[in-house]
Amino acid sequence: MKSETIVNKKIAEEKKTITDANHNGNGTPKTEDGSAALVHENKDNQELIHSHITVKNLNVFFGNNHVLKDINISIPDKKITAIIGPSGCGKTTLLKSFNRLLDSTNGTKVTGQVLVDNEDVYDPKTEITHIRKKMGFLSQRPFPLPMSIYDNVAYGPKIHGLRKRKKLDEIVEHYLKSACLWDEVKDRLHTPATRLSIGQQQRLCLARGLAVEPLIILGDEPTSALDPVSSQRIEELFNSLKDSYTIAIVTHILRQAKRIADYVVFVYMGEIIEHGPAKQVFESPKEKLTEEYISGIIS
Amino acid sequence: MMRLLKDKIASKVMMLLTAIFVLVAVFIGYGLYMRSRPLLAKRSLWELITSEGWKPFKGEFGFFPFIMGTVWITVLSILIAMPLCLLTSIYLSEYSHKSIRQIARPLIDLLAGIPSVIYGIWGVIIVVPLIEKFIIPYSTEFSTGYNVLAGGIVLAIMIFPLIINIVTDVFNTIPQELRDASLSLGATKWETVKHVILKKALPGIIAATVLAISRAFGETIAVLMVCGNIPETPKSLLSPAYPLPALIANNFGEMLSIPLYDSALLFAALLLFLIIFIFNAVSKLILMNIERKTT
Ligand SMILES: Nc1ncnc2c1ncn2[C@@H]1O[C@H](COP(=O)(O)OP(=O)(O)OP(=O)(O)O)[C@@H](O)[C@H]1O
Ligand SMILES: [Mg+2]
Repeated sequence: MKSETIVNKKIAEEKKTITDANHNGNGTPKTEDGSAALVHENKDNQELIHSHITVKNLNVFFGNNHVLKDINISIPDKKITAIIGPSGCGKTTLLKSFNRLLDSTNGTKVTGQVLVDNEDVYDPKTEITHIRKKMGFLSQRPFPLPMSIYDNVAYGPKIHGLRKRKKLDEIVEHYLKSACLWDEVKDRLHTPATRLSIGQQQRLCLARGLAVEPLIILGDEPTSALDPVSSQRIEELFNSLKDSYTIAIVTHILRQAKRIADYVVFVYMGEIIEHGPAKQVFESPKEKLTEEYISGIIS
Repeated sequence: MMRLLKDKIASKVMMLLTAIFVLVAVFIGYGLYMRSRPLLAKRSLWELITSEGWKPFKGEFGFFPFIMGTVWITVLSILIAMPLCLLTSIYLSEYSHKSIRQIARPLIDLLAGIPSVIYGIWGVIIVVPLIEKFIIPYSTEFSTGYNVLAGGIVLAIMIFPLIINIVTDVFNTIPQELRDASLSLGATKWETVKHVILKKALPGIIAATVLAISRAFGETIAVLMVCGNIPETPKSLLSPAYPLPALIANNFGEMLSIPLYDSALLFAALLLFLIIFIFNAVSKLILMNIERKTT
């Protein structure tokens, strides 16, 4: 018992040395004895585990159509990951598989694992609502719920049990501000959300998603229905949000991916062909297919 | 040249057809009114629809019991059918597996195609005896199994397919993304149905109810076989009733030597016509209002 605590304490100390060391731009920890090595390994593991979303051997079938084939990927935390690939290659399906939005009543079959904070999304014992709450989801076109602007943002918190009017008011204001929409709607919070412009609706959907305090934001071509100015605002929003959220967006606009992505996943015919830091994938792709896609030879 | 001509002719023909259909409706109303005039000349409209006595031999024509009979049975059937159909539609569109849907829809359509006299017979041999066995013994009122309740149940089952089909279609037109939006916030399926689907589908649900009520109002044979047909204003679910369509169907063409009797039956038809007409017009207005408010 006691020795364990000592070890733990020691590990904690070592960790500190390591982070300090890293801070100094010096990759190697100062102490090179056995325990440090253990710590090191531990740290690597932690980094691996500390991706909120990890996909293992995922296969998705729509009937006989094998749409996603043996997908393995970890989405890096606090970064913008762009999922790119030609139309129909399975980008939307991949994104929806993260929070089990694939409709199981239509003969969809899923095998393999999606781990969100180490909980398997497809384990029947997993309580899916609590996992979905961790992920805000933006669809291709904005779909405001059939209620007022205020109620759209308050919907999530209310579902999760918040009743206090004052707290709800605060939340609504706060997240409408985070989505840069507050000034445009503060005088008509109680009018139907469908009366907003499409661009405003998409920002409302973002605010609605943020209001349940997710860790992750998923976007399925979130700007494709928007005009250039609205698209740019959404992109800017993503950029400002990536410090606090893990963001994964599907896009088929390569320029957009180049503008905002830190990490890129290239999907082709249901398989992940290549993934890596944006700079690497765009400037020196390892795979020929990736290169052809990026240079526009295949689309 | 030919194409333009064809286009012109097609549009003229279609306009003519539309005009004919509208005119037919107007003529039916007008014809019924003309034939009811002898009665309307003797009694005021108000007196006819609010008085109770029905003794054609003595010249007493009170339509109130028939109007109330129609209202009781129609309202009851909607009250029974609406919640059950809503749940069925929710199940079919939101919860059931594709394979169940593929079996259920054709079966429901089959139900819609059964002639109403068969529903009537089914009511007589199943519903009426069940009511006599399980409900009448516990009631203090003297009654037979032929009553408002039997009529309401039979009618409810007859309008099931209509409502289920319309409401399920309405649910199916709601984009999947709207469900995803609610689900992705951590709402359960039921919460999504309650707060999003039903709200979005409300105009459609109301439209379905309106159609169902119109249908129920006019349904004749099945109801007349099970509701007792006694011209008294119903006082409870176990009272017999005599709806307007049953009155017409039972008596038209008989005993027309009685003065004003024929005119009275056509007045009943006019009443039915007007009730449905006004009801549809009012519900259209309500529906338009709701649609304006929610979009
Ligand atoms: N609900 C469904 N039922 C059956 N097949 C589906 C369903 N959804 C998608 N598919 C099929 O799965 C494949 C991948 O679809 P997906 O929507 O994931 O592609 P995508 O990469 O998002 O394409 P896009 O860029 O056009 O949006 C396609 O072949 C599509 O036809
Ligand atoms: Mg897609």
